[in-house]
Amino acid sequence: MSVAEDPLEPTGAWAATERTFGEIWRDRIGRTGLVLLVIIFLTAVLGPIVLPFDPDKVGASAESIFSRPSSSHWLGTDELGRDVFRQFLAGAKISLTVGLVATIISILIGSVVGLVAGYFGRWVDAVLMRLTDFFLVLPTIPLVIVLAAVFGQSLGILMLVIGLTGWPSIARIVRSQVLSLRERQFVLRVRSMGSTHVRMITRHILPNVAPLIFANAVLVIAGSILAEATLAFLGLGDPVHISWGTMLHFAFVTGAVGRGAWWYFLPPGLGIVAVVLGFTLAGHTLDRILNPRLRERR
Amino acid sequence: MRLPFIGRKLGQLFFTLLGVVTFNFLLFRVLPGDPIQLYARSGHLTPEAADQLRRIFGLDKPLLAQFWIYLRGLLHGDMGFSLTYRRPVADIVVQRLGNTILLVGAATLVVVVLGVILGATAASRRGSRLDSATVFGSLMLWSMPTFWVGLLLVFAFGVWFQILPISGISDAGATYTSAFGPAHDVARHLVLPTLTLVLVDIGQFVLITRSSLVDVLTEDFITTARAKGNPRRRVVWKHGMRNAMLPVVTTSALYIGLVVGGAIQVETVFSWPGMGELTYEAVLRRDYPVLEACFLMFALTVILANFLSDLLYRRLDPRVRES
Amino acid sequence: MTALLEIEDLRVRYAVGGRSVEAVGGVSLTLEGGEALGLAGESGCGKTTAALSIPRLLPETASVTGQIRLDGVDVLSLNDDALDDLRWRRVSVVFQGAMNALNPVQRIGAQILEPIRLHEKQTSTTEGRGRVAELLEAVGIPGDRARDYPHELSGGMRQRVMIAMALACRPQLVLADEPITALDVMTQAQILGLLRDLRERLGLSMILISHDLSVLAETCDRIAIMYAGRLVEEGTATTLFPPAGAGGGPAHPYTKGLLGAFPNIRGERRFVDGMPGYPPDLASPPPGCRFHERCPVAIERCLTDDPALRPAGSGHVAACHLVGEEP
Repeated sequence: MSVAEDPLEPTGAWAATERTFGEIWRDRIGRTGLVLLVIIFLTAVLGPIVLPFDPDKVGASAESIFSRPSSSHWLGTDELGRDVFRQFLAGAKISLTVGLVATIISILIGSVVGLVAGYFGRWVDAVLMRLTDFFLVLPTIPLVIVLAAVFGQSLGILMLVIGLTGWPSIARIVRSQVLSLRERQFVLRVRSMGSTHVRMITRHILPNVAPLIFANAVLVIAGSILAEATLAFLGLGDPVHISWGTMLHFAFVTGAVGRGAWWYFLPPGLGIVAVVLGFTLAGHTLDRILNPRLRERR
Repeated sequence: MRLPFIGRKLGQLFFTLLGVVTFNFLLFRVLPGDPIQLYARSGHLTPEAADQLRRIFGLDKPLLAQFWIYLRGLLHGDMGFSLTYRRPVADIVVQRLGNTILLVGAATLVVVVLGVILGATAASRRGSRLDSATVFGSLMLWSMPTFWVGLLLVFAFGVWFQILPISGISDAGATYTSAFGPAHDVARHLVLPTLTLVLVDIGQFVLITRSSLVDVLTEDFITTARAKGNPRRRVVWKHGMRNAMLPVVTTSALYIGLVVGGAIQVETVFSWPGMGELTYEAVLRRDYPVLEACFLMFALTVILANFLSDLLYRRLDPRVRES
Repeated sequence: MTALLEIEDLRVRYAVGGRSVEAVGGVSLTLEGGEALGLAGESGCGKTTAALSIPRLLPETASVTGQIRLDGVDVLSLNDDALDDLRWRRVSVVFQGAMNALNPVQRIGAQILEPIRLHEKQTSTTEGRGRVAELLEAVGIPGDRARDYPHELSGGMRQRVMIAMALACRPQLVLADEPITALDVMTQAQILGLLRDLRERLGLSMILISHDLSVLAETCDRIAIMYAGRLVEEGTATTLFPPAGAGGGPAHPYTKGLLGAFPNIRGERRFVDGMPGYPPDLASPPPGCRFHERCPVAIERCLTDDPALRPAGSGHVAACHLVGEEP
């Protein structure tokens, strides 16, 4: 019996979300992803509260620089004698925040462009799509580097810059979905009843496009977090707010790698891998759920 | 039938290139303040010297005129002058370009060939342990930041097994005993940077080949091929792959767009003297003319690669040829 | 004289999800050389599965038991190499939906040539090209189209290519799976005519699968009806579908129902009798006769006893309790 026919099955957006999470959980790959994400999120939120990072607390003597993990410093110290573990916890928050906010920006811009282009069609569509294709073809990392170098390195600007490079793919996906929806019967029917454009878009088209946007957003987040890490590593991160990428930058330029101070460059990298992998696995499964078409035809 | 089609595509290409050049130009002139101020930050410039410089670089002219000068310069291979290197930017770029092409070329070759073979093997053994391991491994490698993998390799080969060089393109001041000497030296230095790129990017090709082949193997014409008495191997490689390669070709083009980002990171970590490392240095020094040239080169390469792959795809898929 | 094809108690099981489904449950058939057997039934009745088990073209998840002897060769016990050799050379297939069954990136001439090269390795290029041209001509396609790709041909022409391809190695048996279903009526008639013509000229043995009884009545010598994985009726075409007014006709209620579902263009105007209900779920089939839930003349015995095939006339059997000598 399909969901629509079962009177006891709850309907509505919240129920749909619950159901989807349940399905991701059931798939082994998806479950691994979700577990990773939960761990990281807890680390990011609770970490700085339980063990706050104090950037001024530098080491007292030469021995405290690049010291190995010990009971007082769980992940050892960096080039200034600061506690690496606390930096790691603090960095989680920054890396995640930048990734998430940048993705939200990408989604907002991409969805609006895609919706408008797909819904209004004709020359609006043509112009917007030329623009989208143009930005799509520009290589991401070089673009993001150049934008950050030109516009500055504050956290806000970084989020904006990364967000500005992620919207074209969302726009294309949203647009094609809107185009296919536009031709469907129920849209034509509602139109003929004299609905305004805004109502059409928000009430009827948006709810149908939302799941698709969400599935893609999960994959975009992974890319945004990697982009932030890369920027920070190349020295374009926010020097005040240390992210995992920034830690790796300092590890590199201070020669921690050559000294074998693995406690300094291994954890931040592993953290990034865990987050990106978490989102990728969950997104992979989510994509399979929402696009069951020919995915795994047996 | 083909000629007007190519003509139209070339026209689109031209406009895209023009767009990128314009975008590049505007981007670097969005900076508030006079560029001369920024260039002159390090040293002292008297107001007269500053004005003179402004006139030399045509910065006292209106924006449109500057653009025209810029365009004309580009067509003559003039990419401006770098004040931190004190050389024409074009000279610097030309020196570095070859090294990056070498690195990127080697990496792309290995990634595509190895990735396709692994992906096809995984697809033909679908559902097996090898297949699941391949998929998970690929996803995990893809999740690693390129520069971090490079750092790990530097650590492994710089601190533990010191059998491969971890920086530069050749040993400084080395004397070579044979004619192959320099090439061998470069090759040794090429290994780790290439390995980094391969590790991070191979997952993508494995996954794309695998999923494409899995889809193709469920098609009806595969059953026909089996029915004709083709041995299993031929069914997968001749009939399956021939059709499954199409998305792989498209991905290869998109890959060029990604590998430039990876090259920047890898060259930085391994001090490989290419365009990527140049970008890193230019960012450090805030040398905008060089940065501008680097971005332009990267963008142009990616656009050209996309264009060529589009043509190639049409050549390979007869169904698309007519449209 | 042994028949060309002997199928004994063929059973095909699939493991789907956690359950086991018997798609074909004990089908036995024989086919003589030069004969055309029609295999009819609704979608999902197992006719395609049964036919495709002959060249063993079922997916790997299928488990096949029983005996299939093609020209004396026990097909089910062949190893991979022997199987590859047997395919197309002894038994070839004309698939449904030629657009999907043909390789989209290969020219049709090359696709027809492929089995020739596979099975007759010493064929030279010129010889091969000549054979391809002959085959195309035989099915009514101009030879210069050999360099075309499948998407450049019309549906009817693609189907002709499939037929030409099936004949490439001069097989003993041709399996035609719904060869004309995807075509418009005019083209259907053309292709049918072509098949009949080729059969006569080349003395082909054929198994023709279709849900369209009229097609089978026109082209086949004998017809077998399948329902829910079982054979429910078998007889000659003239016995099962006698000319109007001659009496006789099918014995099994299902076949009668199928016939009733077709309007007769020359007969009197009447409402078409459909058959209510759906075929049973093969994962948990009902007890007794599988058709009893939809049968208009089911008796009490039908709910408990599964009927075997009983004689209903000369060369005519049906699996129904109401058929033949019955107390």
